[in-house]
Amino acid sequence: MYAVEVERLSKIYGRGETAVTAIADASLQVKPGELVAILGPSGSGKTTLLTAIGLINEPTRGRVILDGTTIADDGWLPEIDLKRVRREKIGFIFQAHNLIPFLTALENVMVALEINDLTKREARARAVELLEALNLGHRLATYPSFLSGGESQRVAIARALANRPKVILADEPTAALDTENGKNVMALLKKLAVENRSAILVVTHDHRMVEGFDRIFDVRDGRIMGER
Amino acid sequence: MNLAFRDIRYHRGRFILTSIGLGLLLGVVMSMGGIYRGLFADALSISNATRADLWVVQKETSGPFAAISRIPEDIRYRIAAVPGVAEASPLSFETIQIERGGKPFRFFLVGYDLNGFGGPPVIIAGRGIRQKHYEMVVAQGMKMGLGEKVRLGLHDYTVVGITGKMVSSGGDPAAYVSLADAQEIQFKSDNDAIRNQRERIAARLAGLPTLSPPQTKFLEQNIAALTESTHTVNTVVARLAPGANLQEVQERIGHWNHFRAISDGEQTQILTKGMIEKARMQLGLFRIILLVISAVIISLIIYTSTIDKLRVIATLKLIGAQNRVIIGMILQQSLLMGVIAYAIGYGIISLTYDRFPRRVELVAGDLQTLFVIVIVICTVSSFVGIRKALRVEPAEALGG
Ligand SMILES: Nc1ncnc2c1ncn2[C@@H]1O[C@H](COP(=O)(O)OP(=O)(O)O)[C@@H](O)[C@H]1O
Ligand SMILES: [Mg+2]
Repeated sequence: MYAVEVERLSKIYGRGETAVTAIADASLQVKPGELVAILGPSGSGKTTLLTAIGLINEPTRGRVILDGTTIADDGWLPEIDLKRVRREKIGFIFQAHNLIPFLTALENVMVALEINDLTKREARARAVELLEALNLGHRLATYPSFLSGGESQRVAIARALANRPKVILADEPTAALDTENGKNVMALLKKLAVENRSAILVVTHDHRMVEGFDRIFDVRDGRIMGER
Repeated sequence: MNLAFRDIRYHRGRFILTSIGLGLLLGVVMSMGGIYRGLFADALSISNATRADLWVVQKETSGPFAAISRIPEDIRYRIAAVPGVAEASPLSFETIQIERGGKPFRFFLVGYDLNGFGGPPVIIAGRGIRQKHYEMVVAQGMKMGLGEKVRLGLHDYTVVGITGKMVSSGGDPAAYVSLADAQEIQFKSDNDAIRNQRERIAARLAGLPTLSPPQTKFLEQNIAALTESTHTVNTVVARLAPGANLQEVQERIGHWNHFRAISDGEQTQILTKGMIEKARMQLGLFRIILLVISAVIISLIIYTSTIDKLRVIATLKLIGAQNRVIIGMILQQSLLMGVIAYAIGYGIISLTYDRFPRRVELVAGDLQTLFVIVIVICTVSSFVGIRKALRVEPAEALGG
């Protein structure tokens, strides 16, 4: 069974004259434990594709199936609790700056666990464990504004992993980092995909960052042009 | 994890300042209530302390507090003789202004029969008045010590005792002297005035051609005695015997010429409805305005703090936080601010109400009502923020 299946997905923003087709007829499948890249220039529709898979962005047409459950079929299925699926099955990693500024590194990870009904004690234990594994043991009580870019991104990764999601979606996770930190983050994602058997989809426009992926989808003008 | 509390902890400086500002506002609202209650208590303090069932005053007046009333002192005996009346006692009241420390100082002089009632209700220092003349018991508000002397009219009066917070309906502190002393102070003019008046009467009488010199002399003496008479009081208060019918007694005295018998309940009405009603409405209106201002401020603060958090809210939605998490964060913050501001306001008022120039009386019921109002305001105010927050799309967390 695939972790992510996308069939003939289209997304059109707006209506009539101003309508923009951001994604047209895209299909792809990702297995658990696979690390795949979605590569394309700016404006090619990568973020749209990722957010459609992540249940943030409603597809206009086509199907999205996560972990065997059909979520969208020409639009979201009304019986699906989107927040719940996001909470339980998906982890998001974006460019830095989406940590909650008034929570410490530890609390930023704990909050993802607590909204999933873990007790405070369980949440703390798991968050500490994750952050330590990401070499952030000394930064637990630090607020995001005092973390470096690489540290912030690792906290965001810890938060995305906290609930051991089936699918991890990363939108340009290395864009705000220097090359070395970027490589470290990619290596970390690779390791996690294997260890946790999560499907990890990474969006990037940076050709230099494509080493180590199991597969690469090339996107141009809203279409998946090919697979390497 | 309590997100409201974490946010406040992170922005504690801003939060504390805001709460102090709101606290001051709520403190003013509380003091307004306290001032209103104080007005009430002040207005009634002498009338309540007298514990009279009836106030006999000059006909067609609402005396002795709200209007001037003058009646002869000896009517007390006739009142005491009315069936149902247990005791009757004359009282005189006068607002006096003296010079103290170079500044005008006003107080309310009460003259009472040392063997009757209507004197100082309690003595908290010194003793009550024992001698018929030149002794005085003063309220705390007079700020006088035992043994201190003050000149009133023709004589010096010595403070022998201190009573509690007795004040006139105008808020002036009370001082008590014997009825005879009070009458002398109130009605007896000084020697110059008496001589002038006598000369004027003599001149007028001498101008009447129909009077013989002995007749003139006789009239002159009698008129002088009448005008100089001090046997006038402002009211005679009466207490009824157990089981006596108030209305019957009241009607009976009312049928006499020249007198009106006001029941204690009516006196309370006169003092509260008539005399402080406007002040009360003024304060009430002011409190409402301040509460509306507080509500607007709380709404604005909650709204702007929600706007500041739109990205946080989008991020929370992105990671799948339930609406209750987001609503809870905003609502709790609003309530916390209200509760803390209330506590600050209460603290400020508790520390300062004694120093207000007039009595501020904090009534538990009023404070509880205000607390409930504050909670309601905070809850309603947070709706604007919550509405905004619920419309945020999780995708808004993605933008650079
Ligand atoms: N919310 C939106 N409303 C309208 N057009 C949008 C919106 N988001 C993206 N687009 C358009 O869709 C296209 C693809 O955008 P996006 O998915 O962000 O591309 P990428 O992430 O590859 O840069 C672009 O032409 C962009 O202008
Ligand atoms: Mg993008």
